[in-house]
Amino acid sequence: MDALVGRLIPTDDLGPGAREAGVVDFIDNQLAGSFGRGERWYMKGPFADGLKTQGYQGEHPPAGLYRTAIAALDDHCRERFEGRTFAELQEDDQDAILSEIEDEELDFDGVSAAAFFAMLQDNTVEGFFCDPIYGGNRDMVGWRLVGFPGARYDYRDYLDHNGEPISIEPVGLTGRAAWNVD
Amino acid sequence: MFQSTARDTLTFRNNRSQTALPMRRWGSFLPGEGVGGGGVHWNGQTWRFLPSDFLAASHNIERYGPMRPGMTVQDYGVTYEELEPHYDRFEKLCGIGGKAGNLNGEIVEGGNPFEGPRSAEYPNPPMHMTFAQHRFEVATKELGLKPFPGPSANMTEPYVNPLGCQLAPCTYCGFCEKYGCGNYSKASAQTTILPVLMQKPNFTLKTLNEVFQVKLDSTGRRATSVLHVDQNGEEYEQPADLVILCAYQLSNTRLMMLSGIGAIYDPVTGKGLVGKNYCYQVMSGADVFFDDKYTNEFVGAGALGMCVDEYNGDNFDHSGLGFIGGGYISCWTTHNRPIERQRTPEGTPTWGSAWKKAVAENFLKSTNVGAHGGSMAYAGNHLDLDPTYGRPLMRMTFDFTPNDRAMSAFLTERVREIAERMGGREIKVSPREGPYDSMPYQTTHNTGGTIMGTSPADSVVNRYLQSWDVPNLFVMGAGVFPQNAGYNPTGTVAALAYWAADAIRSQYLRDPGPLVQA
Ligand SMILES: Cc1cc2nc3c(=O)[nH]c(=O)nc-3n(C[C@H](O)[C@H](O)[C@H](O)COP(=O)(O)OP(=O)(O)OC[C@H]3O[C@@H](n4cnc5c(N)ncnc54)[C@H](O)[C@@H]3O)c2cc1C
Repeated sequence: MDALVGRLIPTDDLGPGAREAGVVDFIDNQLAGSFGRGERWYMKGPFADGLKTQGYQGEHPPAGLYRTAIAALDDHCRERFEGRTFAELQEDDQDAILSEIEDEELDFDGVSAAAFFAMLQDNTVEGFFCDPIYGGNRDMVGWRLVGFPGARYDYRDYLDHNGEPISIEPVGLTGRAAWNVD
Repeated sequence: MFQSTARDTLTFRNNRSQTALPMRRWGSFLPGEGVGGGGVHWNGQTWRFLPSDFLAASHNIERYGPMRPGMTVQDYGVTYEELEPHYDRFEKLCGIGGKAGNLNGEIVEGGNPFEGPRSAEYPNPPMHMTFAQHRFEVATKELGLKPFPGPSANMTEPYVNPLGCQLAPCTYCGFCEKYGCGNYSKASAQTTILPVLMQKPNFTLKTLNEVFQVKLDSTGRRATSVLHVDQNGEEYEQPADLVILCAYQLSNTRLMMLSGIGAIYDPVTGKGLVGKNYCYQVMSGADVFFDDKYTNEFVGAGALGMCVDEYNGDNFDHSGLGFIGGGYISCWTTHNRPIERQRTPEGTPTWGSAWKKAVAENFLKSTNVGAHGGSMAYAGNHLDLDPTYGRPLMRMTFDFTPNDRAMSAFLTERVREIAERMGGREIKVSPREGPYDSMPYQTTHNTGGTIMGTSPADSVVNRYLQSWDVPNLFVMGAGVFPQNAGYNPTGTVAALAYWAADAIRSQYLRDPGPLVQA
């Protein structure tokens, strides 16, 4: 997971990526809870392969999808790269595999690689930009990267910004660093 | 706030040659759940339909000749003039902010000159526009269009509605659509009417209960009770003299089917009416990217925007265009929540460093121009029951139609013209192409299935939303729209509900029975 999310939102000269943001912790928390169990998803059978326009049709709720897809991804990598798992590959090779999955040139046995990739991409973005209360976006690195000031109550003073930047510190549901007066 | 698909969903396919499969999670639309329904997490863009929208068949046939083959467009059976007082009443209930464009037939500068005549100005002034709307205004004026502020259920001033409910000014926090408002700044059932109803000794609100059937007597012509189930699976029967379904378009249609009220529409034989004329909304748009200007769209609100209406309904000559209907074009600044929005220019990869850079560069410096297209009824788009999954789920068969596609292509070109003039570095156009995809969010503007009309031969409910088959049953909601107009539906849903309630109070209760003779 660390290798995967690190390729989707890399650490680079623009600054912290998914790794520093704690995206893996965020996803792990989510998969251990009701989201991972698909508690709000319709998971009754029969199951059939659907068309793109019909959305996810797998039998696995999210946690199961992650588990089976990561195992299948590593199987594929071991076969193709002399026993190495995805995490052990060069970044270029990792990117090439992710591109193949995205372009639907690569599929796994028993689980849809494309469905996994789509969910991973969504969840990585969520973990990068969520409120820090959910374990991702640590130190608000995601919000700072793009300039999102968080969940603030009142912007009426800024309505006439007229195309100029607004410089305000981001605030999360539990406040921000400057609030922690020891 | 959103219905859980675990409990209830529908099955979906684009056409009858496909096998419908359950929507295992919501995507393209998000049915509301719980007290207040979708009115809790709506944006508050509160429109009236055009007078000609209610006459979509007769008006268009008279002007352009017969409908294209397969189109099943119909008149509503009620006119704009009849609904006007009810629109007005709803706007006052909700404290809608806007600018009238047509006051009693007089065109008013700064409003929508195409709207039907209104009896009164909006109860509140328009929203406070931001940079993106200023640019949209300049661009549309250059094109000779007449921009006006979008009508908003986000409070622009402190407001006390006619029932005495107090609402507070909107703070433009950008957490409006898909969220409830903790500030009493958005009209919803909770903020405008429930506090008053709760005071009434004869009012009971049962929460966390699902109605699963309307029971009929042995004649099948009279509803006697509704059956409902609570969270513990306990079932109840609520006896009733009068039943009013207001469980959203999807649930209403399914309840009619599960209760055996009226015959389910079959597109092959053309027989049956429940589930007929399912329609939606055809959305497209263009992102605009600026180099040195900040749109700061986190300063936003659910219904903060400027609009033009030149290309809606029959506001323009459709001769030779190959479609009827249209939509409004707008620049709404509703939010900038980064999980939901990472605008990137044409050609940007969807992940990796290049994606990250593009998101970072454009997040605060972009906006969107959107077309909100109507959807005309076709014989092949419909709802019925899917026998495959336990208690039958409703099955949706829907794809964009030839009319939708031609209309959307036309509107998207108008969007492009506007977007190109807004002074950005570049634009990215997102036309509506390919089959309808049930997953990416589009709108929760599902319509049809329990359509209204003038005859039981072609409608499920009469002009007062009363079931032709079971006269002590009324059906509210956008399910009664014979086809959808190029506006958000809730203003018209509410005006029709007030119109029906008025008929129930002034006519039905005095003399229960059919309000229109078949
Ligand atoms: C994100 C979002 C933004 C929107 N923005 C706009 C906008 O800007 N402008 C606009 O015009 N419209 C908008 N809409 C659409 C708007 O929310 C709906 O048109 C409106 O809420 C429909 O009202 P309704 O009363 O018909 O149904 P709902 O508001 O959906 O209410 C139906 C109620 O019935 C209950 N129910 C359903 N089934 C059952 C059952 N079997 N038994 C008992 N109860 C049941 C539900 O729990 C719910 O409380 C938006 C919708 C969404 C999701």
